[in-house]
Amino acid sequence: MEITSGPLFTTSTGLIDSVDKKLMVVLRDGRKLIGTLRSFDQFANLVLQDTIERIYVGNCFGDIPRGIFIIRGENVVLLGELDTEKEECANLREVPVEEILVAQREEMEAKQRLDKVRSKALHNHGFCVDNAQNDLY
Amino acid sequence: MLFYSFFKTLVNEQVTVELKNDLVITGTLKSVDQFLNIKLDDIQVIDEDRYPHMISVKNCFIRGSVVRYVQLPQQAVDTALLQDAARREAAQPSSAQQANVRVK
Repeated sequence: MEITSGPLFTTSTGLIDSVDKKLMVVLRDGRKLIGTLRSFDQFANLVLQDTIERIYVGNCFGDIPRGIFIIRGENVVLLGELDTEKEECANLREVPVEEILVAQREEMEAKQRLDKVRSKALHNHGFCVDNAQNDLY
Repeated sequence: MLFYSFFKTLVNEQVTVELKNDLVITGTLKSVDQFLNIKLDDIQVIDEDRYPHMISVKNCFIRGSVVRYVQLPQQAVDTALLQDAARREAAQPSSAQQANVRVK
């Protein structure tokens, strides 16, 4: 049983031009990973080197070094090429990791409270409330 | 294959892509592939304050599976031609849906 690629395998939107570039990858769970793209395939599976996970809360961000990542393509939302000039212009300030994690947790909790209120209101109007975890991006 | 060919005719046009997470991005369509993955250049994010991580991004690759809409300029689309092609495609989907995996 041999599996061969079909004649339509030649993708023209190859990520070949993005290889060895510093990219921001946004994942379906809402994470933003910044790293150097080393390889990819037709499913948009990616290998990122020197990856940092950047958490944004308000206009602050915090970085967590993560090393080498192999990302399964189905989890990828988008890849962005980082423009070093635009990066400096941004009004974002870096804060230590502990701070940003605390801020992130508070933001999550506030969101959960809001969602709870929302689903309660919907429930009262007769809508079905599903507690399934949607994509967080 | 129909929409892949259709998007190929729209390369270099200004399009607006709306993702399933409500993120809306405008940019120049640079390339498209069989999965309808999209590459946009010189992007502008609508409501960019909500998406600080996109501030320093100028070009992006969007996975086809996360796209909800692609908004196109009216004049770039020959609607009659597209309708015709779609009708033909619906009539005989022979060339469509060739799998990427062929088991020998």
